[in-house]
Amino acid sequence: MIKTWFKSGTPWIWLNAAAVSACLIMVIGVLGLVVVRGVGHFWPSEVVQFSYQEEGGRTETLIGEHVDTSITPAEMAKSTGHIMAEDEDTLVQYLLKTGNRDVNAADFRWILERDIKQQQVPPELMVVERREWGNFYGRLLAIKENGNMIAEGAAAWPIVQTRLEDALAVFNDIAHLEKKEVGAINYRLEQLRLEQKKLQLEKRWDAAAEQRLASEKAELDSIYKKYQTQLAELYQKIRRDSLLAQTASGQEIEIPLAKIVRVFQPNTMSLFDKIGHYGSKLVEFLADDPREANTEGGIFPAIFGTVMMVIMMSIIVTPFGVIAAVYLREYAKQGFVTRLIRIAVNNLAGVPSIVYGVFGLGFFVYILGGNIDQLFFPEAAPAPVYGTPGLLWASITLALLTLPVVIVSTEEGLARIPKSIREGSLALGATKLETLWLTVLPMASPAMMTGLILAVARAAGEVAPLMLVGVVKMAPTLPLDGNYPFLHLDRKFMHLGFHIYDVGFQSPNVEAARPLVYATSLLLVLVIVGLNLSAILIRNHLREKYRALEG
Amino acid sequence: MTAQHTRTHSIDVSSVLQAQKKNDEPLEPCIKVENLNLFYAQKQALHNVSMEMPKKKVTAYIGPSGCGKSTLLRCINRMNDLVDNVTIEGKVLLHDENIYDKAVNVAALRRRVGMVFQKPNPFPKSIFENVTYGLRIQGINDKRILEETVENSLRGAALWDEVKDRLNDNALGLSGGQQQRLVIARAIAIEPEVLLLDEPASALDPISTLKIEELINELKEKYTIVIVTHNMQQAARVSDFTAFMYMGELIEMGTTSELFTNPRKKQTEDYITGRYG
Repeated sequence: MIKTWFKSGTPWIWLNAAAVSACLIMVIGVLGLVVVRGVGHFWPSEVVQFSYQEEGGRTETLIGEHVDTSITPAEMAKSTGHIMAEDEDTLVQYLLKTGNRDVNAADFRWILERDIKQQQVPPELMVVERREWGNFYGRLLAIKENGNMIAEGAAAWPIVQTRLEDALAVFNDIAHLEKKEVGAINYRLEQLRLEQKKLQLEKRWDAAAEQRLASEKAELDSIYKKYQTQLAELYQKIRRDSLLAQTASGQEIEIPLAKIVRVFQPNTMSLFDKIGHYGSKLVEFLADDPREANTEGGIFPAIFGTVMMVIMMSIIVTPFGVIAAVYLREYAKQGFVTRLIRIAVNNLAGVPSIVYGVFGLGFFVYILGGNIDQLFFPEAAPAPVYGTPGLLWASITLALLTLPVVIVSTEEGLARIPKSIREGSLALGATKLETLWLTVLPMASPAMMTGLILAVARAAGEVAPLMLVGVVKMAPTLPLDGNYPFLHLDRKFMHLGFHIYDVGFQSPNVEAARPLVYATSLLLVLVIVGLNLSAILIRNHLREKYRALEG
Repeated sequence: MTAQHTRTHSIDVSSVLQAQKKNDEPLEPCIKVENLNLFYAQKQALHNVSMEMPKKKVTAYIGPSGCGKSTLLRCINRMNDLVDNVTIEGKVLLHDENIYDKAVNVAALRRRVGMVFQKPNPFPKSIFENVTYGLRIQGINDKRILEETVENSLRGAALWDEVKDRLNDNALGLSGGQQQRLVIARAIAIEPEVLLLDEPASALDPISTLKIEELINELKEKYTIVIVTHNMQQAARVSDFTAFMYMGELIEMGTTSELFTNPRKKQTEDYITGRYG
């Protein structure tokens, strides 16, 4: 009976089905976890006020968001030093985000459920997202203009809202002036300095050049002065207002509006308000720069850096891989040497990525970059231009890492082109090169795209080698901007994968940053899916176009 | 191998041509094959083949599978150059010029000697692009010339009426017979002197085969045609001259009517009467 069942092959089908199901469950599990944890982060949760008294302590008031619950069995709780009553079989603890890092020293606090005497949700509780010190939780007391009280209590709330809007507008103006305009002037001043040094090095530094550079510098300086006065005015304007707030323990603190991102009272928000709040947080996350050691604000530079690096990598790896594959398959004499090369290429795919990172740092950055600096940028010395990790070297290192997949899949694609098509082209008087260019390569393009898809999938998720050749925790400027030559391949950049590592494990406030890790992971997955999807769409289009001969 | 080299064949090519001359205008030889030997690595596939193919006539190669008729055909436009480890000795003269001479530009030669293969092999491009492929390689991009050529070639291949409304459709959407005629149109678009047909109808249904045969009859007005075929009836229907090959040797060549009605060799007679092959 069992024997015939085995012979029928049924158990193998079950085994295969089980394996597939296990894979599916794992994928769904990972995605589910990331989505649930990541997506919930931006939703405004209600702020609760607790009246709390620890065993033998005095009663204190706590205000915060309930973040997590932990239930410990009594036995285990006892072993960690908690005193448990006879009838208690579990110890319930809440993780509370109490914020006010400037007052309390910590953002989070575990509290015991049994010690909570009273729990309320007062509507007037306020959350202030600040540019420094994390969130503030408490009550609004008053709003001040130049240190003079202008409104108190509930009346202050609408004024805070309108004043904050003004302050944010001013803040944006300041940011724009400082980053764009003053940044551009600084960039041009630096260029002038380099030009002067270059002319001096080349012994072409004469009175005419000196005068020209001096006049340009004077012009830039005068523009800079103008911006300086503008900035001074704006700073004065933004520093005018501040709000006075009271913490849970009754302490009064003053927060300048210049330091505030948003103020809201989550307990009074309607669903519609919450959706609006969620949307604005999401936009901030996607489009803004990070704040507070990357644990708050947006991750736009990281998204930009990741996509940019992957595109650069694709631009580098595709021609290299395709040319190598064409040579191996179409021109090289098949034999021992080509076999050796193929083995080497396949083994390259198995080299740990950190080794590529070390190689990239040693060869590309120090040797290649160092020599480029010596030859072409002597004026910048001792500061390196290309002799330091940057976008170009990171892209090249990843291109090297992904070269094997492109070569292998292009070769397979070339091998699949029917001989009859090549003969048809040659018989019409085409040379081998024309046949390749006009017929074989277009027909093999879907296979190249497959290689590129695999390369993108691998490159976008790679972090280890990038840490050595160009990724940084915080890049002040994007590799693409309005300053000539617009694309700055020598700049360092931010990357989603490294951002996850940095925020999740290297930040001073891991607890606060954890939801951000999930959100960033989700985004990284989405970016990779997006990149892959576009490559797949292109491939399918090509496949349809160059459908090989049937039969 | 040297023994095989010296083996001679009792085919008097000039007498064949002489026989035709009596009742027709004088025949001008277009392609001459002289003492051609071909080796795939160590294996000899063609043994000292010599023959002449007259201009604007259809010459058919018949013979059993593996007898070397396709190999011989592919020598005429140097398609065998693509095969690894192939050695060719002897001469193939196209208008008294040896195409195996070192100075010959192979691509230019193939423009003069077009070829159609056993299985239709249109490129995965539009019908228009397929026909203009050869012209574009020659650097002709004038839209008017291209359009004119496409129409003339497709008319020449008896395909124009069927595809004139969908010239920009993918050629792979055509039926097998249409694809084969498209490939012929593609070949005649570059106006070669010689057209080599390698079993052009063997992958087609009877109606398409008939169309191709009719087409061959029309094409010989303008082109010298060499056709390889398995099908003796087809050879009898379309060709003016027939060469019978066996085991890499040319056994007999003559006018088609003579070879089929009055073969001089026993082997030929056995083959055409169906006793072997």
